[in-house]
Amino acid sequence: MNDNANGREGVLVDPIGRLGESQLELIHETSLKILERVGIICYSDEASSLLKDAGCEVVERDDDASVVRFPRGLIERCIELAPSTVLLGARDPENSLVLRAEEPRVRFGSGSEANVYLEMEPSKFKQEDGEASIEYPVYRRLRGNVELLCEAAHLCQQLENLDFFIRTVNIQDSDIDEMDKDANKFFASLNNTSKHVMAGLTCLESLDKVIRIGEIIAGGEKELRENPVLSFITCIAKSPLQFVEDTTGKMMEIVRRGMPVVISSSPQGGSTAPIQETGMVSQINAEIIAGITLSQVVKPGAPVLYGSVPVRARMDDLNDLYGAPEFCWYNIDCIQMARRYGIPCYSTAGVGDAKVPGVQATVEKLISHAVIPMAGAQYVHYAFGLLEKTNVFSPDQAVLDDAQIGIVKHMLKAPDVNGEAAEATLSMIEEVMGTSHKLYARYTRKSMRNGTVFPPYQFETKESEDRSVLEAHRRRLELMEVPPRYLSRPVVERIYKEIAGLVDRINPYS
Amino acid sequence: MKGDELLQEIELNVVQGRRNSSDEGLDEDLSGTPGVTELVEDALNRGIGAKGILVDAISSGMTEVGERYEKGMYFLPDMLAAAETVEAAMEILEPYLLKAGIESRGKIVLATVKGDLHDIGKNIVGLMLKGTGYSVIDLGNNVDPDDIVSAVVENEANMLGLSALLTTTMHQMSETIEAFSGVGFRDKVKVMVGGAPISSEFAEEIGADGYGKDAFEALKLADDFTDI
Repeated sequence: MNDNANGREGVLVDPIGRLGESQLELIHETSLKILERVGIICYSDEASSLLKDAGCEVVERDDDASVVRFPRGLIERCIELAPSTVLLGARDPENSLVLRAEEPRVRFGSGSEANVYLEMEPSKFKQEDGEASIEYPVYRRLRGNVELLCEAAHLCQQLENLDFFIRTVNIQDSDIDEMDKDANKFFASLNNTSKHVMAGLTCLESLDKVIRIGEIIAGGEKELRENPVLSFITCIAKSPLQFVEDTTGKMMEIVRRGMPVVISSSPQGGSTAPIQETGMVSQINAEIIAGITLSQVVKPGAPVLYGSVPVRARMDDLNDLYGAPEFCWYNIDCIQMARRYGIPCYSTAGVGDAKVPGVQATVEKLISHAVIPMAGAQYVHYAFGLLEKTNVFSPDQAVLDDAQIGIVKHMLKAPDVNGEAAEATLSMIEEVMGTSHKLYARYTRKSMRNGTVFPPYQFETKESEDRSVLEAHRRRLELMEVPPRYLSRPVVERIYKEIAGLVDRINPYS
Repeated sequence: MKGDELLQEIELNVVQGRRNSSDEGLDEDLSGTPGVTELVEDALNRGIGAKGILVDAISSGMTEVGERYEKGMYFLPDMLAAAETVEAAMEILEPYLLKAGIESRGKIVLATVKGDLHDIGKNIVGLMLKGTGYSVIDLGNNVDPDDIVSAVVENEANMLGLSALLTTTMHQMSETIEAFSGVGFRDKVKVMVGGAPISSEFAEEIGADGYGKDAFEALKLADDFTDI
């Protein structure tokens, strides 16, 4: 493996945890008991058969499914087999990510596959019975398409604190067939960002096309495995405790091809999982470690991420509720479980339930943006631009989130308290106390410039009006002016030659 | 080093905010090389006139600092560091300037009013005023109105700056201005007020001549008052 030390650094944290050692053991033990006693309802014959051969008890059901009960020894052996370090490559080596389970180094990225792209137009309004006027954002909801995905990838390339790109927009172009969706979305993303690209697969049949795109970009079959510029997400568990045929099949084929894959589950506390912390975390953990077990049965040593996306239900309509404190509890617990298993963690933070950028979105996002990374997840997705659960991607919100994550990254930096700093403090105090004004201002100058002192909020407004959303929009337009760093013409031409079904309108050289 | 080069070196060190050889500067580590005080002493020893040092090195340095601030290259701590170099230089130059009959741009008494110990803002204003060539008499904090008036009269100051942070002490500004009524010096002094709870409306209400919301506005007021 290319153990690239020059990739994106993220921020190394001293991790917090909600659960003590005995509680972690209790969750682990409860998950094992769930898998031993209740098992997983598996809708994939192939997976059931492989698991049976590996030592699971498999009981056929009447509905083309089977119940698979996992012996604890198998689970524990497979967890041991899963690598503790996973490399996610990138077009630019400096954008690669080395995820080490034992190293709580946090990276933030985008996520979801939002159906709606929220466009914004600053508009002027006049007071109805007066002269005052105000500029205010007016929104248009656009149906996601491949060109908007290109725009989003280009924007995300420019966002300083975004460490990896997960496709933000679901492409719903009428002329792109379901079978061609994967090739178009991976190409659109990879052509517009040189950061790591990750996505789910719409069709298993597209897998080899997508991998071929990666091979052309990386320079060959072996080169792609050494520098996996793309990787996959498979939510194999349908909660509670079911392996769906489609995603389970995709996961097995991805693993066989030696590509990194997230094995995720996203139960909803209160509907598809218990809302209580013990119940939620025991169940999601059981679902994920069952999936990891299957991956290692298929291919021992396959690079996988522990993918935890636990959500809480609203009580009024049983929809998802991301801006809830329990969302943070669940996620922190899962990060701790992943660390216990020695597997890098794909975690979740920064989704807003709000429908547009504003105070509600900021409150909801800040809770999880700030708290969940403190537990030391290696890979935090959903962190940029998501609103209305995960149904909306707002590029302006992504810019606001970039600023917010910058603050969070700074907040999480390790303390700089040491003997040298103490000596410097004493001499500074002696010096300042000898002056008439007793100000430490001069001693802040270097710190301001070397980044150890954080500047004021990027979108602050001096007047008594909050223009942060409008300022973020203005900043977004500036960022979009930066020319995209497309793949080279020969690479794009080769991709278009070999991969059928790519639409011409996203080819910058056509 | 030639005279011109020496003046350029002083200007550079004002811009870098280096008072003496212990200060490291900003753009690079200049520790160990002479700072403003050492260079000013050297210039005087070589017979360069105090006025030349003030105008051709120190003032021009502060102009450069101001331009960098305007362009967003410098921040308030950089301005204060530069102002500190000027304060240190002026201590050396003052006797020479007096001897040559060169006066400061104006004389201002500063005080934080009675009952109030919060003097950061006042100290910043004081430093900035010194750094731009004003003579500053700083009475400190928790200063009685009569003591303030006495200091203004005794020093024949043409400006008075009052600061308060607390809503419970801001009325002392009014008391201080009223304390002038017994001594008859009010028409010779311009009074500026500032501090977190103060506003231009309040300044007008108590009969002050100006309100500065920050150190830069205080500087501008001082310039305006001095032109009058």
